[in-house]
Amino acid sequence: MIAQSELPLFPRGASSFAGGVDSLFLYLLAVSAFFAGLIFLVILYSFVKYRRRQKMEIGVPIHGNMKLEAAWIAIPSFFALVMFGWGASIYINMRRAPQDTLDIYVVAKQWMWKLQQPDGRREINELHIPAGRNIRLIMASEDVIHDFFVPAFRVKQDVVPGRYTTMWFRATRPGRYRFFCSQYCGTNHAAMGGWVTVMEPAEYQAWLSGSAGEPDTAAAGAKLFQQLACISCHTGLSTGRGPVLNGLFGSKVQLADGRALVVDEAYIRQCILDPKVNIPSGYQPIMPAFQGLVTEEQILDLIAYIKSLPAPGGTAPGAALPEGPRKGAP
Amino acid sequence: MSSQAASPASTPPPLNYLNAHYGIRSWLLTTDHKRIALLYLASVTFFFILGGTFAGLIRIHLLTPRGYLVTPETYNKLFTMHGIVMIFFFLIPSIPAVLGNFLIPMMIGAKDLAFPKLNLLSWYIYNLGALFALFAIINGGVDTGWTFYTPFSSLYSNTSVAPAAIGIFITGFTSILTGLNFVVTIHTMRAPGMTWFRLPIFVWAHYATSVIFILGTPVIAITLLLVALERLFHFGFFNPALGGDPILFQHLFWFYSHPAVYIMILPAMGVVSEIIPTLSRKPLFGYPFVAAASMAIAVIGFFVWAHHMFVAGQSPYSALVFSLLSYMVAIPSAVKVFNWVATLYKGSISYDTPMLYALGFIGLFVVGGLTGLFLACLGVDVHVHDTYFVIAHFHYIMVGGAVMAYMGGLHFWWPKITGRMYPESVARVAAVILFVGFNLTFFPQFILGYLGMPRRYHNYPPEFQVFNVMSTAGASILAVGYILPMIYFIWSMRYGAVAPRNPWPGTGLEWQTPSPPPTENFEKTPVVTWEPYDFYNRPDLGLTGPEPPSPPGSGPALSPAGDD
Amino acid sequence: MQRTGELFGQFQNLDQQREASSLGMWVFLITEVMFFGGLFLAYTINRSAYPAVFAMASRELDVHLGALNTGVLILSSFTMAMAVWSSQQGRKKQLIAFLIATLVLGGVFLGVKYVEWSAKFHHHLVPGSSFAFPEAHGDVGTIAHAQLFFSLYFGLTGLHALHMIVGVGLLTWLLIHAARGRFTAEYNTPVEICGLYWHFVDIVWIFLFPLLYLIDLHR
Repeated sequence: MIAQSELPLFPRGASSFAGGVDSLFLYLLAVSAFFAGLIFLVILYSFVKYRRRQKMEIGVPIHGNMKLEAAWIAIPSFFALVMFGWGASIYINMRRAPQDTLDIYVVAKQWMWKLQQPDGRREINELHIPAGRNIRLIMASEDVIHDFFVPAFRVKQDVVPGRYTTMWFRATRPGRYRFFCSQYCGTNHAAMGGWVTVMEPAEYQAWLSGSAGEPDTAAAGAKLFQQLACISCHTGLSTGRGPVLNGLFGSKVQLADGRALVVDEAYIRQCILDPKVNIPSGYQPIMPAFQGLVTEEQILDLIAYIKSLPAPGGTAPGAALPEGPRKGAP
Repeated sequence: MSSQAASPASTPPPLNYLNAHYGIRSWLLTTDHKRIALLYLASVTFFFILGGTFAGLIRIHLLTPRGYLVTPETYNKLFTMHGIVMIFFFLIPSIPAVLGNFLIPMMIGAKDLAFPKLNLLSWYIYNLGALFALFAIINGGVDTGWTFYTPFSSLYSNTSVAPAAIGIFITGFTSILTGLNFVVTIHTMRAPGMTWFRLPIFVWAHYATSVIFILGTPVIAITLLLVALERLFHFGFFNPALGGDPILFQHLFWFYSHPAVYIMILPAMGVVSEIIPTLSRKPLFGYPFVAAASMAIAVIGFFVWAHHMFVAGQSPYSALVFSLLSYMVAIPSAVKVFNWVATLYKGSISYDTPMLYALGFIGLFVVGGLTGLFLACLGVDVHVHDTYFVIAHFHYIMVGGAVMAYMGGLHFWWPKITGRMYPESVARVAAVILFVGFNLTFFPQFILGYLGMPRRYHNYPPEFQVFNVMSTAGASILAVGYILPMIYFIWSMRYGAVAPRNPWPGTGLEWQTPSPPPTENFEKTPVVTWEPYDFYNRPDLGLTGPEPPSPPGSGPALSPAGDD
Repeated sequence: MQRTGELFGQFQNLDQQREASSLGMWVFLITEVMFFGGLFLAYTINRSAYPAVFAMASRELDVHLGALNTGVLILSSFTMAMAVWSSQQGRKKQLIAFLIATLVLGGVFLGVKYVEWSAKFHHHLVPGSSFAFPEAHGDVGTIAHAQLFFSLYFGLTGLHALHMIVGVGLLTWLLIHAARGRFTAEYNTPVEICGLYWHFVDIVWIFLFPLLYLIDLHR
């Protein structure tokens, strides 16, 4: 199912972006070819027609022409604005993920990719996704800057250590497509790629429910929660020293300095690594920092666990606490 | 052979800057801007050969998808050092330090630059920085890419990053001092009558370049210093684990390195702006627009740096601003191209080698510049960023543009510099070989880039092989195009025809001096009364037109169509 | 290029030479602004990210010594300006006196800087493996951000001190030539342009002092 021809000149498009990007590219190509052709024609014409015929002759002393100058400033500016506007609209669309995405967590490290499905299953250098579904990649790096690039989808995004970066796409055509690391990251940068396998939705479901034995990341996160003694402050009761985490994910939190923030992956990651910043109001700044004590993957496990905690008094999907105080209204 | 002016060629003048003093000390301790230019010529040529060798090894390695010539570590060092050597030790100094140093005092009617000893010091600083870079190369090389992105360069790389960074830091002062020298010279040492709008565009171009030297180079200096400090003393500005920000490095780095590309192209445009009017024997069309465009490129060029960072994770709104500004900076370059082409119209066009290089420049610069529009376009850049498309784009500008103009300039002013002519027929053939070889090397890379082949890859998927083989084949032809001039330039210094004072002829003050010129350039300071490239009103050049030229200063007898 | 008297051979006349020298120094100072500018940018970004830690770390600096140094430098700019004025008046003895005064003040500044830096080394406030910041109470984030502050402290004051040392060298050169009677009312450009350089180095410190020492005096 590898999309490849004998001598590929143009990559196949397999995402909802590809058509737009290719059309814009062809437009740029056409405009460029037109103006380059025009310029080359005038040069060649002059080169032949006005070649020196007598050794001592000079050319006709023309100094300039304001109308021409105005024209060749205005016309390129017009085309430039069209190119800018069209490109900008595609880019804004690329940078604004829709709400209903299937989220894949990605960890990049020298020199491999770990991609995690929503159910926790992990793949290495492979990504299976359903066609026709909006997919969002939430990416972290363990070490240096990497970049996830799928030429067939016409998208890429740098993966920067110290933060999460995201990208989204919707695959339109089942098949296998290469992805590459495209930010130089050291010795085996060129080996740091893999395959995205796009499947029909039914096939994808079948693949998901297949091969057992994949670790449940929320359960792994629950274990960590115990091991790192998070539970000693985040008791799940409002009397705990730390905020109640049940149902916290996705909600808005009031900070000590008056601002309000949405509790998303990036906020939880920051709280774990550098809790002195963005403290929720009503709580003391006593949480220790776990910078250097947890890996990016472990942070993703903890996030999966926190996501799975149902709101107080409600039921929720995912794992329950293995042991410790029961969830529920205080 | 090239066209002669009225005065016939004779033996070289008895005393000129080349034979005024003998001995190695007279060269190593010279303050004559012309000798310093030749010192630079030697240095930059050495690094061009070194950088070119690295490129050759890269292209040979990429003949096969699995690449067996060198190990991955070595490959990564090769492309890094190719970039560092070519950009910092060849391209950035090339035209300003060789042709700029040689010509600017003569073009404005001065005896030397404002600060000749500073000029010599600049060359020594260049060599000191070069020593550090050579040390880094010999000490195992550097593998960070010439862009030194953190935290790879500051924390993870196990190669000679600090020596390389320090070498570039030191060599940066060459740029700063040269820029300072040019700006002060152009402001304060123009001969009487040499007003700003009588200056050759070559001078305008170097003035604009010097503005970038002065404002931009210190920023790369402090940036690389911070990387070195981070490696040596564990400062944490770019280290996320210490609360630092890797993206801060990118902003600081590109704040200089984008204007740096205008440092590389503006002097080249200045050379082309001299060759085309001179070898068409008519004024440069739209002189004020070309002069203004040079300054506009220098200024706007400072505001586009983050177009290298569209997928780095910055806010989409800032990306919009930088994309728009990047389109704006393209307009003055387009204006220049149109003005050069208009200059050809109704000219008397010579087929001499400098003209071939100048026209080759326009062709290749147009391709490079238009593909820059693809990269400025946000929707397309996301796909082609960090692929071979970018590599093709910047080589079209830097090699197809800047290096061709440098070669054209060397040919154009060779008679003035050495007192000898290069062999015209061989030179024309070499120019064509260069043009063909260049296109074969780099055009396939546009296709590879859109197909998705990333940069800095020592291996690649097998479907990319055909274009890689094409590219390497082109590189071998390109190499011939460079080797030929090296051989015949050296040959010409002994066996070339003796050059007259003004072979083309040119209208600039540099052509009023003997070939080669005496150390002080002018016996007495010239007084300028004519406009630049005004062949119509220069009977002293010995040319005849379709109409007899009117007495100097009386203006054209006829009013040609389209004149303003 | 030959030199006739004070006129260097590449120039037409002394006026042109003076204009060129002066413009040259101004252009050089612009490059210095850009050079320090990068560090000031890093400072601005890091301080706005970690204001509390920067304030905490800033309190480790000795404000009194910093203020003393500020006074010393401002005074040295005054003596330098007086030196330039003296040379313009052709008063050799006065010129030498003011140059010596400026030199001494510059030396005092560097001496105080040495004292401050030694104290930092002694208290393990140098970024790197030996960095210790007890006020952080072991918090890893605070320690890291405090290291950022001190990296900026050493970077900025170190770069500034290097420029001061160059300035001291220039002053020494000026002193030697002044003693030889080289500077007159007609020709005193070197004094003038070294004065420009010295004032610039002073101004950089005027920015550094509040940014590093005065972040949060009250707590």
